[in-house]
Amino acid sequence: MNGNGEMDVTRAPSLANRRRLALRRFAQKMDRPVFFALGLVSLVTLGVIFVFVVREAIPVFRYVSPSSLLGPAWHPTSEPPLFGALPMIVATGLVTLGALVLAIPLGFASAGFVAEIAPPALRDLAKSLLELLAAIPSVVYGFFGLTVVAPLVQRTFNLPTGQNGLSASLILALMALPTVASLAEDALTAVPKVHREASLALGASRWQTTWRVVFPSAFSGLFGAAVLGMGRAVGETMAVLMVAGNSPALTWSFLRPVRTLTAGIALEMAEAPSGSAHYHALFMLGAILLLIALATNGLAEWFRGRVARQGE
Amino acid sequence: MKKLHIWSSLLLGLALLGVAFPAAGSDEVTYKGSTTVLPIAGLLSEALAPNVVFSVQGGGSGTGIAAIIDGTTDIAGSSRYMKLEEFEKAVANGVMPYVWEVAIDTLAIVVHPSNPIEQITYEDLRRIYFGEVTNWSVLGGPDMPIVVVSRDTSSGTYGTFKEVVLENQEVTDGALFQSSNGAMATTVASTPGAIGYVGLGYLQPSLRTLLLAKTAEGPFVGASVETALSLEYPLSRPLFMITNGYPQGAVARVIRFALSDEGQRLVLEAGYAPIRALSE
Repeated sequence: MNGNGEMDVTRAPSLANRRRLALRRFAQKMDRPVFFALGLVSLVTLGVIFVFVVREAIPVFRYVSPSSLLGPAWHPTSEPPLFGALPMIVATGLVTLGALVLAIPLGFASAGFVAEIAPPALRDLAKSLLELLAAIPSVVYGFFGLTVVAPLVQRTFNLPTGQNGLSASLILALMALPTVASLAEDALTAVPKVHREASLALGASRWQTTWRVVFPSAFSGLFGAAVLGMGRAVGETMAVLMVAGNSPALTWSFLRPVRTLTAGIALEMAEAPSGSAHYHALFMLGAILLLIALATNGLAEWFRGRVARQGE
Repeated sequence: MKKLHIWSSLLLGLALLGVAFPAAGSDEVTYKGSTTVLPIAGLLSEALAPNVVFSVQGGGSGTGIAAIIDGTTDIAGSSRYMKLEEFEKAVANGVMPYVWEVAIDTLAIVVHPSNPIEQITYEDLRRIYFGEVTNWSVLGGPDMPIVVVSRDTSSGTYGTFKEVVLENQEVTDGALFQSSNGAMATTVASTPGAIGYVGLGYLQPSLRTLLLAKTAEGPFVGASVETALSLEYPLSRPLFMITNGYPQGAVARVIRFALSDEGQRLVLEAGYAPIRALSE
C-alpha cells in the first residue's frame, strides 16, 4: 500500500480507512453479479407468473374446445358451461381504443405545450399537476366515473344507463393521460436543442419546428408513451368495473354496457371454486390478457425498430 | 453524526416492529367474507375493542368460505348456506365448519324515486331479470326502458336473489352487474329506468322500495325489520358466521357476543332483523 496509493500522500491509512477501501474494491468487483442477480429476479418473477397463469388456464380444455373460447356467450354456471370470451375481448379492445383516441392527442398536445411553449413557472405547475393526476388511486377515478361521468353520459346521449363503454373510455383516458403526457414530455425534452436552433435558424416558425422537427425526432419516445398508455388502459380493473356496467352481452357499441377481461376476472374470481372449469376459464381470461399485452409490446418494438431503420 | 443515524434507524425499526406486532394481551380474531354481514361485524368489532381485536374484511361470501377452508380466517361471514362441495372440501382439509345464524337480512326491490310503480311480484321480477320485459309500460309504468341491475355473480346477495326469485336461472346478459351493495344503490338512485335489489341496511331516501308479493294475489308487503321478523316479507334470508370447529377462546367470545341481546341490538342498528324478538 505504502508509496503508491493516493491515500498515503498525507498519512498512512487508518484501519478504518483500509477497511473502507477494501469494501469499495469489493463492491466494484461485485457490481456486475449483483446487478445481474437483481435483473434476474424480475425476469424470473415474470416467468413464474406467466407459467403459473398458463398452467392454471390450460385445464379448461378438458371441458371446452379451444375454438369455443372465442364464442359469443359467457355463461359460466349454466349446464354445460359456455366460456365464450369474445364479448370481453371486444369490450377490452373497444374501451382501450376509445381511451387512446382521447388520451394520445391530448397527452401529446399537453406534452408539446409543457416542453415547447409554456413559460418555466407554468411548466412546473403543469408538470406537478400531471403527476398528481397519476397519483390518484383508480378506485377514486371509478367513484368519480360512477357518480359524475356516467350520469352525465346518460343525460347527454339520452340513454337508459350511462354505465357503458363510453364512460369507461372517458375515465380510462383520464387515467392514461398523465402516463402518456409525462412520458411524451420526457421524449420531447430529450430532443437536442441544436435541432430546434437549426430549424429556427433556417426560418421555420416555432409551430413548424415543433410539429415538423421536434415531434418526428422524438417519435420513438412518443410511440413508447402511447404504448405504455395503452398498457394502463388495457390492464385497469377497478375503475372500469365501476363504470362500464359489466354486461356480458356481445356489443360493438360504445353506448351499451360492456364487461372487459379485467372486470370479468374481478367479478367472478371470488365465486369460482378453485379447480373448477370456471376457475380455469378465468385463468384463461388472464392468459388472454397477458397475450394481448405481449402482442402489443412486441408489435410496438417491431414497429419502432422499422421506423428507426427507415430514419437512418 | 454516523452514530446518530444508526441509533435513529434502530429506533425507527423498533417502532415499525411495534406496529407489526401489537401489544400482547389482547386477543386477535379475524373476519372475512360477505359484505352483507360486514356492517354487523364492524359494529361487533367496535363494541369488543380493546379486549378482543376483531379485524374485519369483506370480499364476498365465496371468498370468506374459501378462507375458512384454507384456514386463513377465524370467522367467515356468509349470506348463503355453504355449498355441498365447499363443505366436503373443508372436511377434506381437516376443517369442521360450524355455522351460526346471526341475523336475518331482507332483500328490498328498489327503483328510482321518479318511478311511479308501487308493487311487484316474483313473476314480474323473473320476466324483467330474464330480459323478457324491457319496458316499464308493460307493468303499468311510464314508457321507459327498464335498466336491469344485478349484483356480481360472486355475491351472496346475488345467490339468494337467483335462488329464491329467479328459480336458479341466469340473469339476462343485458343487465348491469355491480360489485357491491353500495354501487347497486348508487346506480339505481342515479338511473331513472333502473330496478335492483339491496340489503335492508342500504335503503336510503334516494331509492324507492317496492311492495313485494310471491304471486299477483298478494299480499304485497314492504321490506322492513318488522316484516322480516314476522316472516311476512317473502324475500328474507338468514346471515351466518362460520367458525372452524366449535368456537374456543376469543372466537367464542365474538360469537357469543353476536348472539347475545346486546349483539342482536347491534344487528338491528346495522339495518338487519335480529334472529329473535328482543326484550326491551
